[in-house]
Amino acid sequence: MFLLSFLLIPIVAAILLLFIQQEKRAQNIAIVASVLSLAAAVNMLFINVSTVDLTWLQVLNSRFVLQADGLAKILILLTAISFPAIFIATSKNHVAQKNIFLSLMLFTQAGLMGVFLAGDALLFYFFWELALIPVYFLCSIWGGEKRIAVTFKFFIYTFLGSLIMLIGIIYMYMHTKDHSFAFASFMEAGLTNTQQVTAFALFFIAFAIKMPIFPLHTWQPDAYDQSPTAVTMVLSAVMVKMGLYGVLRWLMPLFPSAFSAHTNIVMILSIIGILYASFIAIKQDNIKKLIAYSSIAHIGLMSAALFANKEVGTQGVLIQLFSHGINVLGLWIIADLIEQQTGTKSLSEMGGLAKKQPTLAILLVAFSFANVALPLTNAFVGEFLMFNSLFQVNPWMAAAAGVSVVLAAIYTLNMVQKCAYGDVSVAIQKMTTNKPAQAVLIVLIIIVFVTGVYPQPLFDLTKDTLLELFVK
Amino acid sequence: MNAIIVSALLGVILMFCSWGLKSESLQKNIALIGLLVLIVANLAQLNGWYVIDIDTKGMLSFSSFGLYANTILFILTFLYLWINAEEIEAIGHQSADFYALFFFILCGASILTSFDNLLMLFIGIEILSIPLYILTGSDKKNLLSNEAALKYFLMGAFSTGILLLGITLCYGAIGSFRLEAPVIIPSKGMALEQYLLSAGLILIFASMNFKVSAAPFHFWTPDVYDGAPTVFTSFMATIVKAAGFIAFVSIFHAQSKALGYSWELLLTFVILATLLVGNISAVFQRSVKRMLAYSSIAQAGFMLFALYGVSDFANEGILLYAVVYSVASIGIFAVLVKMKDYGFEAFNGLSKTHPLLAFVTTIFLLSLAGIPLTGGFFAKYYMLNAILSAGAGLWVVIIAVIFAAISVYYYFKVIQAMYFIQGTPAIKELPTTYTYKLLFLAIILLVLGVFPNLLFNYLYF
Repeated sequence: MFLLSFLLIPIVAAILLLFIQQEKRAQNIAIVASVLSLAAAVNMLFINVSTVDLTWLQVLNSRFVLQADGLAKILILLTAISFPAIFIATSKNHVAQKNIFLSLMLFTQAGLMGVFLAGDALLFYFFWELALIPVYFLCSIWGGEKRIAVTFKFFIYTFLGSLIMLIGIIYMYMHTKDHSFAFASFMEAGLTNTQQVTAFALFFIAFAIKMPIFPLHTWQPDAYDQSPTAVTMVLSAVMVKMGLYGVLRWLMPLFPSAFSAHTNIVMILSIIGILYASFIAIKQDNIKKLIAYSSIAHIGLMSAALFANKEVGTQGVLIQLFSHGINVLGLWIIADLIEQQTGTKSLSEMGGLAKKQPTLAILLVAFSFANVALPLTNAFVGEFLMFNSLFQVNPWMAAAAGVSVVLAAIYTLNMVQKCAYGDVSVAIQKMTTNKPAQAVLIVLIIIVFVTGVYPQPLFDLTKDTLLELFVK
Repeated sequence: MNAIIVSALLGVILMFCSWGLKSESLQKNIALIGLLVLIVANLAQLNGWYVIDIDTKGMLSFSSFGLYANTILFILTFLYLWINAEEIEAIGHQSADFYALFFFILCGASILTSFDNLLMLFIGIEILSIPLYILTGSDKKNLLSNEAALKYFLMGAFSTGILLLGITLCYGAIGSFRLEAPVIIPSKGMALEQYLLSAGLILIFASMNFKVSAAPFHFWTPDVYDGAPTVFTSFMATIVKAAGFIAFVSIFHAQSKALGYSWELLLTFVILATLLVGNISAVFQRSVKRMLAYSSIAQAGFMLFALYGVSDFANEGILLYAVVYSVASIGIFAVLVKMKDYGFEAFNGLSKTHPLLAFVTTIFLLSLAGIPLTGGFFAKYYMLNAILSAGAGLWVVIIAVIFAAISVYYYFKVIQAMYFIQGTPAIKELPTTYTYKLLFLAIILLVLGVFPNLLFNYLYF
């Protein structure tokens, strides 16, 4: 029953928030609720969690099953860290009808937690959509100028993907021996190779749109740019992980032969995506778009490593799921601080952050190092393992993907240079210290370096998933 | 049997009410109480209590499925009247006339849920249709309404003729009007009968497609739905359509084997054409009312999935779909009735002035689009499951799903107008209770969205 708290805390708080008009109080409730989930997540790491199994839809033989293995735990932890961090870091931002905004954010959190915990395919689909709907409203109401069209594109893209996944789920359901949606029954479905390919394709489209894998990525940069930054943080730190999670949870174990048959094509698409996104990132002047493309490149590397189908690479991805979330969150918080106070997203109008706000500049540099995966930062551990697996499959692919590291260094350091150094620009002159945000950034940077120097706890946490995937 | 007799009697009683009673609200209350009596009478039959117990000689047969479908249709009508009574009163003095017509329609619907004989099908369809022609033209001073009624009547009469021809050919082939009559197995000696039967069934199929507004027999739908007074459009698009589908399913679940492989081909063609026409045309509409007319065609495309093969999913699915689609449509039409103009712009800024109304409208639209947590999701889910387990090609389902994603486009245009675009909504004065009635509908959709099994728990006993 403990796992239910991850759904109940945000949902109860979200409903409560609908009735609280006062901005300050609403803020506090959201922060308390998200910190409570964080406490629950930390607590989960130290106890034996039992599976929740409740009767739900007997006619369809679908049960309300929540379970947490290493993969789920690491993503729960990431979600639980992200939300309080976002709430605290953006607490000073002005948002109209803040209680509704925060309420929808908490509904999103519940949806995400549900996706990572669901042990029943129909329940998984439910949460998969539940996470999307509040985001649609968040982006469309509070987003930038082009928000309505951009969010709509995002919504229809992902909705189409999930409907196709629904067909996949029904397809699997019909092939299970006991006609159920339980993960275990799916495992025992005993599909032939052709059937596996069909089911694989149906599931893969949804995950590929969510990650996104080139050429299905077109919704992403605009959506990141136009969403309110708090939502962008959720999208890029946690929500894109839903796609990778789906691959790890459903594709790899359920359709092993179809999976290994398609590794090459997906790896090539991913690597094209990495290079493509990196080159565009170099050309960006808009700091939010730069981070968005950089995020696409990193996710591309993770999907390439996943489809390399090697134990090391998968281990790398499992760690990187967490690390990438923390790093990109840090970068977004800094970008948001600058945008909120100066009103500009353009790098060419920035400059002199180091003189005006030295602490923030140091943090920016530190997160940038993590973004290019320098040793001692958390990203290094994951990326090293991932490149290792690519190299095992095909050195040329590893080399092509490796170029992205160089490119990442170019665009990231370029960003640091334009933003932090030089004379203090007119825009940066307006900056003042935002204490809560800086506190969050400092906590995040501590996580970056601690897990960079001593990643063993993360390896231990995800060991069972890895055993499940590769030893059996 | 109870439902057929009681609804016909109530129709007659209400006809006299319009003559004897002056008070409109009394007439409304009589209609609502009459519906409750009808529901009770129908449930009584489930427990073996008959008003008149006659042997229908196999013309009608009362299964628990049919009686349950009746109950659902009556409850939907009750909800519909409960919400829309004032609007009906506003259309003409003597609303009891309209209530009487509703009861006659329900009488036709109860025949359609229990016929066991093609002649009864014909009678049921006619009893259902004729009051509809009158309702369509009930806004006497409005030219559009007159045009719609005439168009509907002419085309409806034509399609009835085709239905009758189809029934005749079937009778010629198998010598019986019975639904379960032995199907001819093709052999050399019986080739002619086989052709007759196939031709007859195809004609019946075409005519039924006309009644449920499936493409390519849908051309009357947008004009009639648009021209009829909005309250009556709501009734036509929901309860009447649901009754039509229940009849449609029971004919072809019994008879489709006679058509062999070509049945699947025919049905797939109609499904895809309906989805295509409905969804693509709805995208380009500027009036919400016309958009809903096309969307009702598109939804019919999904309901046709239930015809593909006999299964629990098909039977339960068509009931669930009928309920969920009807509740959502009654809701959205009830909102539309209160708008001063039917353009999408009329909804601009509704969330600021009427937050609760905007919220319930959103639930209705999400349900029509089939988003999880609303009943619409499970309705679509059951249909997808029905067609997949009947062995349809995966490609049909994938195309259907792509159309479902397209439908999000036009349903969400209303949500966008309500929430994301500033403006003053063109809405009439609302009584406060009105929004709460709609909230009740929204709650039904949300409950069915999490526990669809609540609807089926009473189906098997």
